[in-house]
Amino acid sequence: MKNFDYIRPTTIPDALAAAAEPGSAYLAGGTNLLDLMKGGVTSPDRVVDISRLPELNRIERLADGGLRIGALVRNADLAHDPEFARSYPAVAEALLSGASAQLRNAATVGGNLLQRTRCSYFYDTASACNKREPGAGCDALGGENRLHAVLGWSDACIATHPSDFCVPLVALDAVVEIEGKKGRRHVTLEEFHRLPGQTPQRENGLEPGDLIVGVRLPAEAASFSANARYLKVRERTSYAFAVVSAAAALVVEGGKIRQARLALGGVAAKPWRARSAEAVLLGADADETSFVRAADAALADASPSGDNAFKIELTRRIVVRALMSALAGTPGRLPALPASPFSSIPGVRHDA
Amino acid sequence: MTKTTIPVHLDINGDRHTLQLEPRVTLLDALRDRLGLTGTKKGCDHGQCGACTVHVDGERVLACLTLAAQAEGRTVTTIEGLAREGELHPVQAAFLEQDAFQCGYCTPGQIMSAVACIREGHAGSDEEIREYMAGNLCRCGAYPHIVAAVRQAALEVQS
Repeated sequence: MKNFDYIRPTTIPDALAAAAEPGSAYLAGGTNLLDLMKGGVTSPDRVVDISRLPELNRIERLADGGLRIGALVRNADLAHDPEFARSYPAVAEALLSGASAQLRNAATVGGNLLQRTRCSYFYDTASACNKREPGAGCDALGGENRLHAVLGWSDACIATHPSDFCVPLVALDAVVEIEGKKGRRHVTLEEFHRLPGQTPQRENGLEPGDLIVGVRLPAEAASFSANARYLKVRERTSYAFAVVSAAAALVVEGGKIRQARLALGGVAAKPWRARSAEAVLLGADADETSFVRAADAALADASPSGDNAFKIELTRRIVVRALMSALAGTPGRLPALPASPFSSIPGVRHDA
Repeated sequence: MTKTTIPVHLDINGDRHTLQLEPRVTLLDALRDRLGLTGTKKGCDHGQCGACTVHVDGERVLACLTLAAQAEGRTVTTIEGLAREGELHPVQAAFLEQDAFQCGYCTPGQIMSAVACIREGHAGSDEEIREYMAGNLCRCGAYPHIVAAVRQAALEVQS
């Protein structure tokens, strides 16, 4: 790892000032950044350790019924907060399906949004990668790409965003709070992450020096608490990134879907809000026929970026199963294997 | 740009140390190379294997993905700090009793993780133990015995 200057500011303005210099990187949990630095994928000259900024590690209820989660709240603390898990069960389930207990004790809310793709060509500095080195080309195209994107990809980049947490968040209309040179601004999570186009190095709406200070969930997000699930297919039982995943949240009255939210993970360079599928679900009968139509709508624009056509059909099936799980109701207690298709949830098929 | 060393104050197993370190030194390398505490193992050095698991302020984290500077002012416990006055920690004893290792390289990380797993209340069933110990790989495949050791230690700690 290249050496760097280490600065530990104690206030947000001091952090912004320290990071204003080009070549700076914020350090929070460090679970992704330090790994990238060890591989020479990222080589900051200056590391600004924000992990002790006191005001960023709180979970606050807002007067309007929403919730504000400080950017430094750790994944484990958020997932195991009983009130949070009750109100936003799919978010807690997604958090607990990600990484390991050790990593969840270090990784933060803000860092989760900013984690980089796990595309192996991005990590391998001997490979061509437009995200790492704009204009270099993309060795993933025509390479080992069975886990790459099937939605929103371009010839410049076929990488996926690896977050679980962001998938239910984007379904629930989460908003990112950003502190920058011009003060504080709010950006919806749906707009925050970008599709690659011809500039895959631009992954999100942050300007140099910008600091994520929190994530907000609007009051409405808690209205799905009785029927919300996250489902994630991995290549091993646990401690793996999603091949594909889905967050599904419903409000059902008299057998009809009154509100529906659906988002997909592991399929694109951003957490993928499936709005066309939500439109299909709205007002429809809450049954498998509607869910299959919704899954078809969600994947209508999908296309393989390589040896990954299987992910399109797999995602379709996972969408149906996530919606069936949501309809069956949020379990009173999370299964021992959160978000796993292998969990023994009554009434849920095991052949999705 | 000044790329020099910085003073880092560490509290390891109740002993205070002041080290002069380059900022890029991880907690894992500081423990092993500067303090001679080689019980904490370097497996993958990328946060994928769990061999470097230690406790910071009582919670399990990966020492390979923590800068030593990030641990300043925190309380760090390593495998060397687990036994009390020559008496093995119940989890250490259970690993011996259940033969929960073969080569032993992952064992310090497994034990540190298991101590935290039990303390967190995530050792209620074999399924739960497997899930909450998933961050610790064992290439010898001693998993069934590791689960048995965690189960036994969890029962002992509760009683």
